[in-house]
Amino acid sequence: MILEAKENPQSLLYLNGVTKTFDGFKAINNLSLDIAPGELRAIIGPNGAGKSTMMDIITGKTRPDEGEVKYKDVVDLTRFDEADIANMGIGRKFQKPTVVESLSVRDNLDLSLAGNRGIWQSLFFKLTGQQQQRIDEVIGIVGLTEKSGDLAANLSHGQKQWLEIGMLIIQDPEVLLVDEPAGGMTDTETMETAELLKTISKQHSVIVVEHDMDFVRALDCHVTVLHEGSVLAEGNLETVSTNPKVIEVYLGR
Amino acid sequence: MMLMNNKSVLMSLLMNDKIGSKLIGFIILASIIIALLNLFAPEGSALHVPTYIVSLLGKYLCFALLALALDLVWGYCGILSLGHGAFFALGGYAMGMYLMRQIGDRGVYGNPDLPDFMVFLDWAEMPWYWQGFDSLSFALLMVVLAPGLLSFLFGWLAFRSRVTGVYLSIITQAMTYALLQAFYMNEFGFGGNNGLTDFKDIAGFSLLADGTAVGLFLISALSLVLAYIACRFITESKFGKVLIAIRDAESRTRFMGYRVEHYKLVVFVFSAVLAGIAGALFVPQVGIINPGEFSPIKSIEIVIWVALGGRGTLYGAVIGAFIVSYGKTFFTGAFPEIWLFMLGGLFVLTTMYLPNGVVGLFGRIKANKGEAS
Repeated sequence: MILEAKENPQSLLYLNGVTKTFDGFKAINNLSLDIAPGELRAIIGPNGAGKSTMMDIITGKTRPDEGEVKYKDVVDLTRFDEADIANMGIGRKFQKPTVVESLSVRDNLDLSLAGNRGIWQSLFFKLTGQQQQRIDEVIGIVGLTEKSGDLAANLSHGQKQWLEIGMLIIQDPEVLLVDEPAGGMTDTETMETAELLKTISKQHSVIVVEHDMDFVRALDCHVTVLHEGSVLAEGNLETVSTNPKVIEVYLGR
Repeated sequence: MMLMNNKSVLMSLLMNDKIGSKLIGFIILASIIIALLNLFAPEGSALHVPTYIVSLLGKYLCFALLALALDLVWGYCGILSLGHGAFFALGGYAMGMYLMRQIGDRGVYGNPDLPDFMVFLDWAEMPWYWQGFDSLSFALLMVVLAPGLLSFLFGWLAFRSRVTGVYLSIITQAMTYALLQAFYMNEFGFGGNNGLTDFKDIAGFSLLADGTAVGLFLISALSLVLAYIACRFITESKFGKVLIAIRDAESRTRFMGYRVEHYKLVVFVFSAVLAGIAGALFVPQVGIINPGEFSPIKSIEIVIWVALGGRGTLYGAVIGAFIVSYGKTFFTGAFPEIWLFMLGGLFVLTTMYLPNGVVGLFGRIKANKGEAS
């Protein structure tokens, strides 16, 4: 299934005419989106614009009523579930930091480490020296070296966000979907997180959903504005923030 | 080489689980001493352990094994099964059927081909599902297969449909309740509400002999120890960490790429098989199996053992099963009418004041002492 994918796809993620209705409410309405390989993309929009539902559709948690969702031009993501899609190389960070609280920082990363997810292998799994090194490296990237032995439950909110980002990096996905990473962070932490994501985007495609405009400005990338389940505007931040429609529904409030 | 390797795995498991290794050591030592004191201390001497005590302790060991099985799924994977008594009972019935066939023509009706209850019901021949239970090895296979298959089917349906939390608990309860109703019926062919009893021998040894009681007791102790080591191996492996991840953050685990439903299914079936083995060891030691073992209250009692001992620790489950079972033996003898109230009260108190159970309390006292000194 994964082998179907082409070596050098035109687009990494391609959504076309996607619609999803919950109890008569159109959470996603004829949404189309095209993310190129290696791209860093910010998605903004007011509450209820359909950002989380879009993530759910891409990651297999929710099935759309209509429309195409293609990965690397050919793989139809609507046919797979979360675990399949994660193994194809699509990683996801939740809005609320979600880590395994009763395991240590190191164990959280050990679990997320790219590799076989089979039951038998997991019973007899031993970390190789190289994998240990990789874990240490990622712990360094997300700035948790001094906390590596601590239980994830004892981390601060911002540290949990970083741990979760670290868990995504070590999963080595082709594309990271990151939902409001700056939520609940201090200004300094927010800027550090933006830098972190920019660094990550050198090796992976990254899609960031965010409210915080300073954060989006710091990312300095292509921006898509969602409104009522479809795309309202696209372009760099300057272009979209001067777009009258965008000002009316979102920025001007 | 292989042997050395296994040995070192075992050593490192025990090194990382100090309380567990002490508990295992204690169980092994105590069982050997109790067995020797029953067989070799002369009757009437103060050191003699009467056979009924040996069987009673053997029963506690079976309960401890059952508690261990539940802790693996509940404490580590967050699957609160309120129907684990069903797997225990199925293992017990499989053993009971074998023991019934061993009675032969020594039953009340002296029928060499049919168990007493079938003669009483005027059945002409044995139903097909009783075939094969003359053989101990077939019965032992069924001890594993009956709870294994039921848990596989149940788990496959429930986990695939992503039934979790309290909804899952409710359907496990419904499962054991449905089996309770079925096993009560005479037509179901398992002895109706009387169940299976009047057993005579097991593998050619008389169940009345002291040696048989001691043998069953020692096998129960050994099973508990081996099951404990197996469970600890699981919880210490990456598989065990995946279970904890499922418990703490199920959807995170899916997005990491783990097939949550497969992991749940494997651990659920393994746990059900352990419960079945516990039931099979329980029946020859108490001499009866009846539908009462399927009743929801029995399954809830297992949950209380684990909660009181301290869940998610394995040794807590074992300790909890011993404490509550001993309490039950003592109080149902001394003040039979208040036992159920005490049990309920214990559960409420544990939930409110001892979220980590008795072992958590001791851990806290120890930590406080450490700080003080």
